[in-house]
Amino acid sequence: MSVREGWRPKIVAFCCNWCSYAGADLAGTSRIPYPASVRIIRVPCSGRVNPVFVVRALQRGADGVLVAGCHPGDCHYSTGNLYARRRLLVTRRLLAYMGIEPERLRLCWVSASEGERFAKVIEEMTAVLEKLGPVQQLREEGPP
Amino acid sequence: MKRVGVFLCWCGSNIAGVVDMDRLQAEVERMPGVVHVEQNKYTCSDPGQESIRRAIREHRLQRVVVAACSPRMHERTFRAMMRTAGLNPYLLEMANLREHCSWVHRDIDEATAKAVDLVRRAVFKVRLARPLQSGKVPITRRALVLGGGIAGIQAALDLADFGIPVVLVESSPSLGGRMAQLDKTFPTLDCSSCILTPKMVEVATHPSIRLLTYSEVESVEGYVGNFKVLVRRKARSVDEQRCTGCGECLSKCPAKVPSEFDLGLGTRGAIYVPFPQAVPNVPVIDRQSCLYFTRGRCRICQRACPAGAIDYQQEDRLESYEVGAIVVATGYDQFDPAAYGEYAYRASPNVITGLEFERLVSSTGPTGGRILTPGGGREPQRVVFIKCVGSRDEQRGASYCSKTCCMYVAKQAILLKEKLPRCEVYVFYMDVRAAGKDYEEFYLRAREMGVQYVRGRVARVFPHGDRLRIRAEDTLIGRRLELEADLVVLASAMVPRPDARQVARKLGIAANQHGFFSEAHPKLRPVETHTAGIFLAGAAQGPKDIPDSVAQAGAAASKAAALLSRQEMETEPVVAEVNEHWCSGCLRCARVCPYNAISEREIRVRTAAGVRTKTVATVNPGLCQGCGACAVACRDGAMNLAGFADQQVLAEVDALCL
Repeated sequence: MSVREGWRPKIVAFCCNWCSYAGADLAGTSRIPYPASVRIIRVPCSGRVNPVFVVRALQRGADGVLVAGCHPGDCHYSTGNLYARRRLLVTRRLLAYMGIEPERLRLCWVSASEGERFAKVIEEMTAVLEKLGPVQQLREEGPP
Repeated sequence: MKRVGVFLCWCGSNIAGVVDMDRLQAEVERMPGVVHVEQNKYTCSDPGQESIRRAIREHRLQRVVVAACSPRMHERTFRAMMRTAGLNPYLLEMANLREHCSWVHRDIDEATAKAVDLVRRAVFKVRLARPLQSGKVPITRRALVLGGGIAGIQAALDLADFGIPVVLVESSPSLGGRMAQLDKTFPTLDCSSCILTPKMVEVATHPSIRLLTYSEVESVEGYVGNFKVLVRRKARSVDEQRCTGCGECLSKCPAKVPSEFDLGLGTRGAIYVPFPQAVPNVPVIDRQSCLYFTRGRCRICQRACPAGAIDYQQEDRLESYEVGAIVVATGYDQFDPAAYGEYAYRASPNVITGLEFERLVSSTGPTGGRILTPGGGREPQRVVFIKCVGSRDEQRGASYCSKTCCMYVAKQAILLKEKLPRCEVYVFYMDVRAAGKDYEEFYLRAREMGVQYVRGRVARVFPHGDRLRIRAEDTLIGRRLELEADLVVLASAMVPRPDARQVARKLGIAANQHGFFSEAHPKLRPVETHTAGIFLAGAAQGPKDIPDSVAQAGAAASKAAALLSRQEMETEPVVAEVNEHWCSGCLRCARVCPYNAISEREIRVRTAAGVRTKTVATVNPGLCQGCGACAVACRDGAMNLAGFADQQVLAEVDALCL
């Protein structure tokens, strides 16, 4: 695998509005630095995340996808994160079936008071992706 | 193509100090659809907003992107601005360049590259935005107050005085809460029940308040303005209508069990009122300890009752109430000092908590107000107070300061000195925190009365003969101390009630890491929760003394009243929508909907074979809260979420991956 000079992983993160987006905001207000690899898309609930969004991101050039929601039991819409968990576990298997490392899709719970945790998750995931390198499969225009 | 205007905010140096704004502007100008880009020092300011309005006019903008702070901060501000500029508020998108970029990244190149992506995401999304119209739903003009302590009482009375009907649910048999257990209050030494009981009576007699004691909330459904609350009214075994409160039954009951109200220091019968001034003054039978319920015979209370109010057949009843707002005032519990084995709380009856001391010193308490050691029944010669038991101790208790202990220890020391002037009083402390009106003076009064304040933690308390021996260190003079005492009082922390997390879950509100309910904003929205229509009062939100609880209860009541003073309210237009052409009527969407907002209906469609009927899903926009679970569950792609449509999210993905 040839990794292009200066390649940095890119993470597309879907953050639920009530917990994880607010958690990411808190990381900001508390000035907790984390790698600039992540780009956040705000969704009302992790249950809004269609597996199609995940596949599309990997197709278009993201190296990893993060779906972050409220802790189980704390979902603003009571059950959305549970649906997300079920769907995305299946999606991970589908990715593995397609020959894509399932670690590229991470599902995690970050509450509105866990700014530090958000930063830590991004750090960990960036480290994992740096090891894995760019996505080779699926990519429409080929690897960068 | 829609004409998009992008407004890049410096936020002073917050954003511009890290992101290269000119490079960003140059990139943004090349994005599809963008016809106007400008920079502002503070976009949220009046001149900042005015310049957007001007640009909308001059450049005939159809869509607006504000690249500034978090939408959680200012989306509302800019949506209101859109309205005044004559554009639909939902044709706006924000890019979060501050919290998600400039505040967390230092490298200018990296931060600028990310900022470009974030703005592109907003541009791509807003190009697909449609104008959304909010609907209107009626508001139920009734409030639920959860908890009948001082905060709940105050909130209920304030709401009722606004003319709003109130349902007050209290889980114990009487109103009063923790305040009813206290003897005197700091810093005025008012008798706690003397100032509380008139309020309790006022609640019970207020025409607008429906008081449900010995009741618990089973479930809460619905949303702001339209909650449906199911209340379990536990069987009292005494008919509230018939009972006259004469008390004949109380003295006759042969059972004796520890009294919860006296924290086990006194006893009560199986049929009991928690304390003499209880409201309502109607006894309740504790079926676990009642001889009739446990062994099938006794019935002494039934024979003693002149009103025929005893009803052994009574069962729990479920009652349903519709309310528009909820005030949560479920209060606190005291930390169990058993975790501090070295303080011998379990080992010696003469080691008690602050709240237990309140019962000991109260004239309605088990000793009739005489301060006697629970172990020996003697007047103590020396009393030692230990502060911060469970507070400010992350290892074994909680990290926070319980805020009230410094003052109640000063109060209890003063009461001791007043009642037993010859008694020596020692207070072991880490710091004395006496912030509050007249609080410092009150603490100094305790010192002037001869209370010995010693800075340092107590290492050990152990029984020694019929007294207690205390080993400690005076850290100010660096000397080890050993002294004997007859009574040790532990100022144990204020902690959330054990069922706080279940309550939070039932209500759909958040709790912090300790279990105290979270407010929507620590500074600017201290009594609201993140769930619209639910407000917080009292120590359920965090340790508080009485004046703070009363003040917060008043604030929560007025917030709720402001909401309930309206006839109807605007709904969020971010709701699910069905494309009836594509819908196959499988109703998978309805199964995942947490709000029962989706139902089926028949429509007539014209096909090549003529007109036929088919079943499709239909969304009630009043009930839909816009979570989008249905949109993912739909196999036909017929369900979509306005404002977060599939096409929009996919466009965002594309924008970020370019």
